[in-house]
Amino acid sequence: MNIEPVISVRDLRVWYGTERGPVRAVDGVSFDVRPGETLGLVGESGCGKSTLGRGVLGLLPTGSAADGSVRFKDRELVGMRQQEMRTMLGAEMGLIFQEPMTRLNPLMRISEHFAETLRAHEPGISGKEIDVRSIDTLRRMGIPPTRYRHYPHEFSGGMRQRIMIALALVLRPAFVVADEPTTALDVLVEAQILSILHDLKRNFDTALLLITHNLGIVAEACERVAVMYAGRIVEVGGARRVFSEPAHPYTRELLRSTISLSTTALHYIPGAPPDLVEPPSGCRFHPRCPDAMQVCPRIDPVEVRTSTGERVECWLHGPAELIPPGGTAPLQRQELASADEA
Amino acid sequence: MTAPSVAEPGGESILEPTQDLRGRPQGPVKRLRQQVKGAQGLSKWLLWIGAAITVIFVILAVFAPLIAPYGFDQYQSGGTRFPKQEGPSGAHWFGTNVRSVDVLSVVIYGSRTAIEVVLLAVCFSLLVGVPLGLVSGYYGGGLDRVLVLVMDALFAFPYLLLAIVIAFLLQDSVGSGVLTAAIAITVIYVPQYFRVVRGSVLSAREEHYVEAARALGAKPRTIMGRYLFFNVIQSVPVIATLNAADAILTLAGLGFLGFGIQPTEAAEWGYELQRGVADMGAGLWWTSIFPGAAIVLLVTGLTLVGEGLNDVLNPLLRRRTGRPVVLPKRMLPRHEEEPV
Amino acid sequence: MATSTGSLRRYALTRIALVIPMVLILLTLVFVLMRVAPGDPIQAALGAKLSPEQLAEKRHAAGFDKPMLVQYAEYLRQVVTLNFGHAITDNQPITTILKINGAATLELTIAALFVALAIGVPVGLLAGRLHDGVFDGFGRLFGIITYAAPVFFVGLIFQLVFSKWLNVLPNSGQLNALNNALLPRHTHLTVIDAIWDGNSAAFTDALKHLVMPAVTLGLLLCGVVIRLIRTNIIQTLKGDYVEAARARGVPESKVVWRHAFRNALVPVVTVMGLQVALLLSGAVLTEETFNWPGIGNRLVYYLTNRDYAAVQGIITVFALAVVVISLLIDFVNAAIDPRVRY
Repeated sequence: MNIEPVISVRDLRVWYGTERGPVRAVDGVSFDVRPGETLGLVGESGCGKSTLGRGVLGLLPTGSAADGSVRFKDRELVGMRQQEMRTMLGAEMGLIFQEPMTRLNPLMRISEHFAETLRAHEPGISGKEIDVRSIDTLRRMGIPPTRYRHYPHEFSGGMRQRIMIALALVLRPAFVVADEPTTALDVLVEAQILSILHDLKRNFDTALLLITHNLGIVAEACERVAVMYAGRIVEVGGARRVFSEPAHPYTRELLRSTISLSTTALHYIPGAPPDLVEPPSGCRFHPRCPDAMQVCPRIDPVEVRTSTGERVECWLHGPAELIPPGGTAPLQRQELASADEA
Repeated sequence: MTAPSVAEPGGESILEPTQDLRGRPQGPVKRLRQQVKGAQGLSKWLLWIGAAITVIFVILAVFAPLIAPYGFDQYQSGGTRFPKQEGPSGAHWFGTNVRSVDVLSVVIYGSRTAIEVVLLAVCFSLLVGVPLGLVSGYYGGGLDRVLVLVMDALFAFPYLLLAIVIAFLLQDSVGSGVLTAAIAITVIYVPQYFRVVRGSVLSAREEHYVEAARALGAKPRTIMGRYLFFNVIQSVPVIATLNAADAILTLAGLGFLGFGIQPTEAAEWGYELQRGVADMGAGLWWTSIFPGAAIVLLVTGLTLVGEGLNDVLNPLLRRRTGRPVVLPKRMLPRHEEEPV
Repeated sequence: MATSTGSLRRYALTRIALVIPMVLILLTLVFVLMRVAPGDPIQAALGAKLSPEQLAEKRHAAGFDKPMLVQYAEYLRQVVTLNFGHAITDNQPITTILKINGAATLELTIAALFVALAIGVPVGLLAGRLHDGVFDGFGRLFGIITYAAPVFFVGLIFQLVFSKWLNVLPNSGQLNALNNALLPRHTHLTVIDAIWDGNSAAFTDALKHLVMPAVTLGLLLCGVVIRLIRTNIIQTLKGDYVEAARARGVPESKVVWRHAFRNALVPVVTVMGLQVALLLSGAVLTEETFNWPGIGNRLVYYLTNRDYAAVQGIITVFALAVVVISLLIDFVNAAIDPRVRY
């Protein structure tokens, strides 16, 4: 790939403190997103997807710390001062939230929301220009100009999400993180939102990081997909490739658990999502992996490029020279006691 | 049950059972204790200071005869009358009032009266308000509507006027002692408990476990007694503490206006303050400052406990334990290749 | 607001209709309370002073020997026509009492509200913004102590300091004797009447008398205000739309001011309306302490003298006042918050 990525993440870690110890929500994650490209980020609830999405933009909660590198257009975001981040948030980077119902100030009209955002980044802007640009962006989202001065409670959930997207895009940011944008919406509205996001690519060349736990959305809307487990990306590559020939056992199990019209029996991955304060040793998926080997709990897997061009972290793909003798034998596991599972 | 996950929005509801660190389910009391222990910063301080103050007053109340130097109505000792309206001295630390009674003793016995009345009032209010709220919230319908209307009307009425009127009316039948005051105060606060309990019942009623119990054929009494009761009383301790604080003010108000407890029945701070107004004009400050300070202290103590409890139990107001985190040196190999 | 005014009118009418059953219950409550005492009002008020025949005559004239239901109907008619008859002990027309003394109480409560908001709002805003800081602690403690100190105690202390020791403010009453006799009354609000009359001496005098009672009562209320605003600010600053605004790069000062402060102030109006009961109760105590010729003062006097007719009239007005005020508060709330309309 020759085009320069808009955003480059290298070894990003985001941990935050609790009484039990630091939670390793994001524990060494790397990826790139290019202009006009949509990278899907999938994983179970609690694997750190949301933290990653926010961490990349520097929107971390109190009591958290981050290190690693996030390069955005030749600027290093990790460690940047709040002031500087503020100037970039909204104008060059954007975030679309999951739950649209509560994300708008109930006492402010939609027009006032836009005015506030635009004035924050372009202080001298005239009222007329604010209206022109906002109405234009809203129209692209399917919100008619007659509703420009309405209050948030006068809109449905789907429309509010479209307004949120318009707000995130009014300044045409180069990179947008969409954190489960359709999870709270019904299927029909979901389709509309996805088509809007698709148009982003076409019209504005936006780089989009689409976080979701719905594999169907990823298949439909993303060129590439990254699979996340326990704070690490275990597999990343072209969406079609990954879904037709999953390299990592977790990805494979995820796909098998998806329900479709041809499903006759429910498949599930045994065990529980891992504890992020004390994650399993070695490969974090090993307690639940049907193909686990002796080496898996002992040594952290190394990232490997498969023959099809994907990146994967799994001892099944080697590198063989790093596996100690006998390491490829299947892992003996005691039966998980039902109390332990709880 | 799965281990707590990372980015769960909102936090756990106080109605659902949760686990402790070793995975065992916890009851509401244990959880309360844990939350109290985990309270951070100022809230914790306020809670403990308030509790300390309250405990001191309770001790004064219970052991009044042992602690107070003289009786609450005692104006003489060994044949000699005490000096009238004399300032603080060795014999009378807080001085004496117009009836030649020792002010310190009045203050100490006053705590006994205050605590007595308030305990009675809170108990009565709970006994009346909580069941009414439970029943009204659970059954709904006409009974509920009528009760709500009556309670709202009572609630809207200026509370002191209501108390005055009731104390007044009961004066002829029950006398003007502790019981009258307690009943007058009860009437004011029943609507509060009723509202809070009814509100909790209305939301808890829709929970799944109640639906399941109903589907299994449990009688309404069982549902109310076993399931709903323990959940709706979660909010009651905070209300009860704050109500106790309010009740003391109401009692003092009644006393100040002359509709409260007479000094021959028991010592009461508000009454002393009424007498103290005249003294103030003449510059005699000790007959009112000390009883007044006692009121302020006790009410503050109770309010701090109530507010502290509220802070601790209300997750949104709790400052998140943002323990600073230091990321350790990396052990995994750094990224060398260009990622895909 | 074109579409909204229609619904505001509809809201107003609906609320008024809903309030009527409440008013009926309150009136019935008052009536029952007054009749519960043994004997009848005439006996209670004048029993010691008049002979039995005179008592019977007065009883008949006042209509106290008619059956209960008839008396109830009479009472309701009185309320509707706003004619409450005369006090039994001193034969004053009750409406006059209400007008003159009611105005005094009105003056006191408005001044107290002003004080409460002037102190409470800034302290609450700052305490909430600096949550868990030192100012927050002091602010809360201040709010608690002002509520815990009984109104009459605070009043006593003020009298001690400002009247006795410093001798700058008068001890009691609404005006000194001279002005009291000479000032022409139009509204019976002494401050207003002094302005009306162009009498600067009376104006200063009226203000001097008003300061202590108003501040005393105002301090009682400001505890409530502080608590409310502080809680609202804390919750709002953790809210979803605040996070969304920050993610759009809106500067922190704007976030705090426009989203948190403004939204936190909205419920203040409603809650202050709910505090009318507290305000009136506090007013009774304040009036007793400062010998302020308000309606609470009169109430205590008539109660002590067992003048049920007067008491009934006064309490009825109190109850109605509470209802009317809460209605007004609801209307103001509906005007401010666009969500609250039917």
